[in-house]
Amino acid sequence: MLTLLLIFFPLASSLLLLLARPQQAKQWALAASIIELVVSLVVAFQFDKNYAALQFSFNTPWIASLGLNLSVGIDGISLLLVLLTTILVPFIIYSSFATDYKRPSIFYGLILMMQMALVGVFVSMDGLLFYIFWELALIPIYFICLIWGGENRGQITFKFFVYTLAGSLFMLVALVYLYFKTPGSHSFDIQALYEAGRALPVIEQGWIFWAMFVAFAIKMPVFPFHTWQPDTYTTAPAQGTMLLSGIMLKMGIYGLIRWLVPLVPAGVQEWGYTAIILSVIGIIYASCIAIVQKDIKRLIAYSSIAHVGLISAGLLTLNKIGMQGAMVQMISHGIIVFALFYIVDIIFQRTKTHALSELGGIKNAAPVFATIFTVVMLGSVALPLTSGFVGEFLLINSLIQYKLIVGSVAGLTMILGAVYMLRTFQKSMSGETNSLTKTFADLTQHEKRVLYPIVALIILLGIYPDPVLSISESAVNNLLTLFSDSITSLK
Amino acid sequence: MNSLYVICGLGIAALIAEILNMRKRLTAFLIIGLAAAAILVVFDWGTNAAYFSNMVVFDKFSLAFIALISVVSVAWLWMCGEYFKDQHQTDKSALVLFAIAGAAVMVAFNNMAMLFLGIEILSIALYTLAGSRKGSLFSNEASFKYFLMGSFATGFLLLGIALVYGATGSFQLDIISDFIQIHKEGMPTFFYAGIILMFIGLAFKISAVPFHFWAPDVYSGSPTSITAFMSTVVKIAAVGAFYKIFSFAFGHIESSWLLMIQVVCVLTLLVANITAVYQVDVKRLLAYSSVGHVGYILLGFLADPIASSPVVFYYLVAYAVSSLIAFAILIIVERENKSVSIESFNGLYKRNPFLSITMAIALLSLAGIPPLPGFFGKYLVFALAIEHGFTGFVIVAVVTSLIGVYYYFRIMIAMFLKEPAGTIINLSGSENSFAALLIGITMITGLFPDLLISLLR
Repeated sequence: MLTLLLIFFPLASSLLLLLARPQQAKQWALAASIIELVVSLVVAFQFDKNYAALQFSFNTPWIASLGLNLSVGIDGISLLLVLLTTILVPFIIYSSFATDYKRPSIFYGLILMMQMALVGVFVSMDGLLFYIFWELALIPIYFICLIWGGENRGQITFKFFVYTLAGSLFMLVALVYLYFKTPGSHSFDIQALYEAGRALPVIEQGWIFWAMFVAFAIKMPVFPFHTWQPDTYTTAPAQGTMLLSGIMLKMGIYGLIRWLVPLVPAGVQEWGYTAIILSVIGIIYASCIAIVQKDIKRLIAYSSIAHVGLISAGLLTLNKIGMQGAMVQMISHGIIVFALFYIVDIIFQRTKTHALSELGGIKNAAPVFATIFTVVMLGSVALPLTSGFVGEFLLINSLIQYKLIVGSVAGLTMILGAVYMLRTFQKSMSGETNSLTKTFADLTQHEKRVLYPIVALIILLGIYPDPVLSISESAVNNLLTLFSDSITSLK
Repeated sequence: MNSLYVICGLGIAALIAEILNMRKRLTAFLIIGLAAAAILVVFDWGTNAAYFSNMVVFDKFSLAFIALISVVSVAWLWMCGEYFKDQHQTDKSALVLFAIAGAAVMVAFNNMAMLFLGIEILSIALYTLAGSRKGSLFSNEASFKYFLMGSFATGFLLLGIALVYGATGSFQLDIISDFIQIHKEGMPTFFYAGIILMFIGLAFKISAVPFHFWAPDVYSGSPTSITAFMSTVVKIAAVGAFYKIFSFAFGHIESSWLLMIQVVCVLTLLVANITAVYQVDVKRLLAYSSVGHVGYILLGFLADPIASSPVVFYYLVAYAVSSLIAFAILIIVERENKSVSIESFNGLYKRNPFLSITMAIALLSLAGIPPLPGFFGKYLVFALAIEHGFTGFVIVAVVTSLIGVYYYFRIMIAMFLKEPAGTIINLSGSENSFAALLIGITMITGLFPDLLISLLR
């Protein structure tokens, strides 16, 4: 029942928000997201991490003639992502307090609706239900970007919408195809789909692999499906970008873990290498573009492609280190990218520009701000003792075990990442102040209340990543056993 | 049968109202009467009553369609109250009611003569209604074009009926079906010629490509209220008639003869959706979109000609609800802006947020986004098609629904992004409650599709 509460509480509060007075909408939204956080923490404390199977599960038929069950449950992998969502959303809402959005009840209602869809994606254990939440997540974010976005948003958000919808429709076809391969009176239940998928011949598994991988790859995005991403991230309002990069992107990675690897193991075995190569190309390509970016928001958008490429590559090596690395890195990337985009937003609010060339010397005007930026940046370039390091280390380690050459190329991300991030720091923070940055005010109380906890989390997870690793460990083990079993039975 | 009596009676009552000078409350009276007709269906449910030596049969299929037609008509009358407010109120009301009666016959027939009768009752009333904006040249053109094309199509249909009769010796659907099953190998060639002719005749009526070219002109020339009527009530009746004849009577013909329907289905999907992209006026855009949706319905029919009636029915409900909303808002925008171009939707969000959100829900449903009914309609069609090995068709349908997203979102972008094309729109209480009610129905059909699907299963 707690799982259902986690899904439907944000929905109910988003609808109630429409009744609230517009001036109070943000406070109510924050309150709702904090209650949601508390519920998720209750779930986390009751969660038994030594137990690999689903917990807090709930299953009831919803639309019998479609084979759709309202089947939800939480295991270690789900729990981490649910926590990421419930932790980030209050911060995202709170970070918007300094900005006055028009029609705030609709704006915050959409954010909460987005939260509902995201939690739904992470806990669905029914193929069609997963798909419904997956699509549902697209609607609020589309409108957030369309109504409150920046320049040229009509075309850009449209491209974003069609791109992601195209991917997911093919995923739907694949899911329905598998549905009719399930024995008896067909079912979308995840275990039934797993069995149906594994029983398919290798060639068909390959087709399914691509139909689903493309959907996930577009969401993440992996090269060459990334073209919607930089524009959308740039044009979206700050909170929209945070939702997109902080949480929504993890839907794609989660999809890989839950709905691809165990579903068509032979397909993954067959095509995984190709997918890894694509991801690694993405890392290098996006890093190189990030190095020459002039727009700071765009730069971080590209850096996000690079980081996510590493996660997907490490994940597809299908060894335990890679999987666990992906889990940590998902959490870490979510937190860091949120902080980075918030910092960009702060810079934009004060200087009204995203152009690196117009910034400089902020360090002199706002030392606290510059210090915070330094920590977050170090997290992003994966310096030891930050959360970024744990994830990237594990991921690169797994890639080196997989194939030395792939691992070494992917490892360049650490160097390239340092290049573009340090360049950003140098161009914006160091140097002489100019007319724009001379009056750059330091962090306000409100901004500190957002950034201090986030920075604390970055360092805490870097020093002591064990909670994250131990939560997901048994679920990951379970998944890998499933995978290797089906591969051996195939041989 | 009772509902049919009520509908005809209402038509006559509308004529009498003119004599007795009772125009004021006429529309309200008709709404209540039609609602009663819909409720009467419940009492006939499951009886399979047949009348006039089996010429009309009220099986579950017919009753479900009659109920749908009545309910949609109620909603339509509610939203088109304005249209009736002139000196021809009673004439128009009577024509509409007779058209609805024709529609009911078209889904309840068990005899091809009744099919013909139903189509004619519906069409003759519609020819007049299409031309009911007397002063407008376009309306006259629409009426004339519709009349010519309609009679042309009826000619095909009649010749087809004659040939099928010649081959099977009966007008009755069940007897034809039995005859085909017994003589599967030995059907004469002219029987299949008859089927082709009937298909062409009905393809005109459901406006499937390449027999659709009249539709956009007629739709855009007619008064918007009548366009809404044509693309909901009339479309439901035409699809019901098509389904009934091709499933109940010809369901067992050699599947190779379905090839022509397959070609028409793919053409409909592609041509209608691609052409819709180029439209600059919302009325024409919705006309092409309604042609496009016929393609998905045909795909559902093709996947399983015998047992796809729940899918077809659900798809029609989903389509009708969303179209009603879209047209209701188009009527309001037309009233405010005197234009139906996409530009007149510009900035609707700033002019009236509730209106634009309602429209957005309708468009998202038409585009097939979960958890709205349009999604489940498409999903059911796709699932049925994949189950029966039509995966290639599904790929085409997926691509065309993406194209669909493109043109529906043009309206969406205009509403939410552009600068307002007029002043703030204030809605009457009736209009607000209408929109809220339809949103409610949309949500219920979307979240609990089983309620409808299980009716015909």
